[in-house]
Amino acid sequence: MSDEPKSGFTRRDLVRGALVGAAAAAIPVQAPAEEASRALGPGAVPIALTINGKTEKLVVEPRVVLADALRDRIGLTGTKVVCGRGACGACTVLVDGAAQCSCLLLAAEVQGRNITTIEGLKANGRLSPIQEAFVEADALQCGFCTSGMVMSCKTLLDHNPKPTRDQIREAVSGNLCRCGTYPHVIDAVERAAGIRTAESTLTIAAPLAIAADGRRFHGDDRVGPATLEAMEAEEA
Amino acid sequence: MSKDTMRVGFNGKFESKDVELAPGDPAPWDPSRKFSILGTRVPRIDGPAKVSGQARYGIDQRLPGMLSGRILRSPYPAAVVKSIDLSAAKRMPGVKAALAIARPGDSLRFAGQEVAALAADTAEQASDALAAIRVEYEVKPFVVDVESSRKKGAPLVFEGQVQNRTSAGDMPGKNAPLPRDGNVQGPRKSDKGSIDEGFAKADVVLEGTYHSQVQNHTALETHGLVAAWEPDGSLKVWASTQGIFSVRDELADSLGLDKSKVTVTTEYMGGGFGAKFGARVEGVAAAKLAKEAGAPVKMFLDRKEEQLATGNRPSAIQWIKAGATKDGKLTALQLVVHGCGGTNGGTGSSGPLKNIYACDNVRTEEFDVFTNSGPSAAFRAPGHPQGVFALEVFMEELAGKLGMDSLDFRMKNDPSEIRRHEFTLGAERIGWKTRNARRATDDPAVRRGIGMAAALWYNTGGTGPKTTVTIHRDGSADVEQGVQDLGTGARTMVGIVAAEELGLPLAKVNVRIGSTALPYGPGSGGSTTTPSSAPSVRAAAWQAKQKLAEELAKSWGVAPVAVVIESGRVSVKGDASKSLGWKEACAKLPEAGVSATAARAENHPEGWKRFTSGAQFAEVEVDTETGRVKVKKVVAVHDCGLAVNTLTTESQIQGGVIQGVSYALYEDRILDRATGKAVNANVEQYKIVGSRDVPEIETILVPVWDGVNNTHSVGIGEPATVPTAGAIANAVSHAIGAPIRRLPITPEVVFEALREAEAQKGGRA
Repeated sequence: MSDEPKSGFTRRDLVRGALVGAAAAAIPVQAPAEEASRALGPGAVPIALTINGKTEKLVVEPRVVLADALRDRIGLTGTKVVCGRGACGACTVLVDGAAQCSCLLLAAEVQGRNITTIEGLKANGRLSPIQEAFVEADALQCGFCTSGMVMSCKTLLDHNPKPTRDQIREAVSGNLCRCGTYPHVIDAVERAAGIRTAESTLTIAAPLAIAADGRRFHGDDRVGPATLEAMEAEEA
Repeated sequence: MSKDTMRVGFNGKFESKDVELAPGDPAPWDPSRKFSILGTRVPRIDGPAKVSGQARYGIDQRLPGMLSGRILRSPYPAAVVKSIDLSAAKRMPGVKAALAIARPGDSLRFAGQEVAALAADTAEQASDALAAIRVEYEVKPFVVDVESSRKKGAPLVFEGQVQNRTSAGDMPGKNAPLPRDGNVQGPRKSDKGSIDEGFAKADVVLEGTYHSQVQNHTALETHGLVAAWEPDGSLKVWASTQGIFSVRDELADSLGLDKSKVTVTTEYMGGGFGAKFGARVEGVAAAKLAKEAGAPVKMFLDRKEEQLATGNRPSAIQWIKAGATKDGKLTALQLVVHGCGGTNGGTGSSGPLKNIYACDNVRTEEFDVFTNSGPSAAFRAPGHPQGVFALEVFMEELAGKLGMDSLDFRMKNDPSEIRRHEFTLGAERIGWKTRNARRATDDPAVRRGIGMAAALWYNTGGTGPKTTVTIHRDGSADVEQGVQDLGTGARTMVGIVAAEELGLPLAKVNVRIGSTALPYGPGSGGSTTTPSSAPSVRAAAWQAKQKLAEELAKSWGVAPVAVVIESGRVSVKGDASKSLGWKEACAKLPEAGVSATAARAENHPEGWKRFTSGAQFAEVEVDTETGRVKVKKVVAVHDCGLAVNTLTTESQIQGGVIQGVSYALYEDRILDRATGKAVNANVEQYKIVGSRDVPEIETILVPVWDGVNNTHSVGIGEPATVPTAGAIANAVSHAIGAPIRRLPITPEVVFEALREAEAQKGGRA
């Protein structure tokens, strides 16, 4: 799988292959013999991809991009497509450990590379620390940019375990979010990096309420059981 | 109905009120109630699914044999269809079905309007086949800019009657018949008092004109659905929608099906912001193609289509004139708006001017200007971000003319006690008093400014939603309601309210939402989701609890009223022998457990009726050499009723502020006057704010117990984005000492304002 030789063709070869293949095309583009032999297509071709450590064999047209191969052919729909042209980062995956837009890579182009998608971050059925932190910090709303955000943040932490807030902003500057999760994404990365437990920037105007007997409530007066543990302890 | 009392109020001041309760509806929570989970910071229950790629959105749906659908769109901003020939397209590889959407003789009124649709085995084949559809167009003259459209002799967008595109919930399209002159329709008028008398009483009169742009919703998941026909003739649909029931109804109506034959599912959806209520043209086409092909069809738009054809916030040209007495009381407020929503209505921006500040004499006139461009749709607080921008920049200018501090001027004219409190809290947090002393920065070219704006919103939710709560013998509970979660956290909200009422940990509550097979849920619009949904959840949980009490009462041989359920214990007061933990108590239930279905009761007329209020304060830095604006900080003070989940409420408010920053500084849909086409129907030239341009955001929640429903809940999605652009515009104005009267605040706009200020100084000198 990962030791398969790199296929070694370029996007230009694919374009040429497609043009040559459009047999009726009026322009007789002739690729040099040695390049033409490496060109793929026209029509669907068999390829093999290494996704999350597993080999996936599929038959796709050479023009199919990695994002579509993942989503439509393999069924890994966690990777999202928003702009289809590398402007938004929603389709970010790791290719040999580097964050890349899977909508800008041809599936056939990344044979032999190690591809990690959002589905590959869980280990033994458990969320990875950055995923946990996203949940805890509520670094997601609709969740459609979240896969890409998580992948960018994971790459950041892989290379820089203690990033500054500006470095986090920079790391996700290619990931567009329409709901406006950015502040909580920054909190989540800090949380995952153990830099600090993100402090809330929300305050509730006090006093919250005043009871009939004049006691003041500030919102931290709580009654249990608020947790499963508390309930089970009570039952025990 | 039964009589009870409740306490309503805010900021520690409460009054007791009698309240009539519908059968099965509990009294609104008392302000002294100690909550177990409600109002805490609760990570959303579907967070793990969303961070791991497991959450299935409509666009992720895959079915055996599923085809890909594509739409052919008009390349011309104005044309009449002469003929459509699908035969060659039907012979293209992989194509399984094709249909014409427009008919010969139909007018096409914007570049991007739907013409035909087809479905093929793969998305690539479907795209290829579009090129084989032969359409003859008669190209017509067009107009895409508002100024030209208003002129006499401009090409008419509608030659006959106005035909607003409507899909369920496309609010701006719902118009009463109005007069029309060329491409200008209206006005919608409102009059209060006498505007002439108001101006006669004024010591100071001022007027100004404010421009704002077209904003695209730009939800990350595009519009679309997957349609699959079942062997029994029923239709199953997975849609990206804010209203599963409105999608169901539109499909049933369009296809001549019984509603009972259509099931719509939306487990997850990637943002809507107001434009996703209907099945729309593409959804109906998908269902028809699926029928013709005998296979499921996925029809999701691409980014360009999404930006062109699925809705937008209309542009607005707002002229405001107002009068005030020397001591700063408003005597007259007048507004004339020309709003442009392409082929749809463009107005609705008079709400803030009519409803925020008290004034006895108010006149508004709103005109729709039609152009050959994509139709508007409801967009997060329709009319309000632009309305507040114009009103609040104007208020700042008028305060200047009166020689008053603008906060004092607002306080003097704002009738809302809650908002005045919010003004005070926000002003303190941002440092309003010292704002003039802090305008200089270390860099002589960079000026600091602080500005503010008020917000209001209206909706308190209403009847419709139904919820079923089932308590099982093992102590766990199901809560079922056909509401959908847009990303606001609705799924978690439903779970929290049920857990709170039942006294259970959230993990013991299984939430089922997102399907029309469940009890009716509200469409998510107008910030009504939580106040419509939550009271029904609470009532169902409360009733299920009563049923549990009845079962236990039977086994203990006591009256049901003697049984108390509190903090996970079921007991008879004063009888220690009759006390069980929740789980033991539930074990005594019949095999099916107990369930209750409760409808959302009417709003209590005795409740504290008010508009939802808010205030935001922005601090900016403006580089007077480059014209660049950097928003440093926003303080957002909001009335959120009683927040169910403060964590997701904070997220919603941050999101509203961030969309407001984006609207204020960056977003602008641009149409080319020569070709009539959008030049930035994408996300690289249509600029959405990114991580590096997001300010520090501080949120202050002001809890309000209004007693309108049993949970005191209101929605926050819209109020949070209403004042941001206005506050930023005022902050920039403060920084540079010249009013900002145009959005987005690009360097060009900053320079224009600076030049105007210079010219005025020169004029006075």
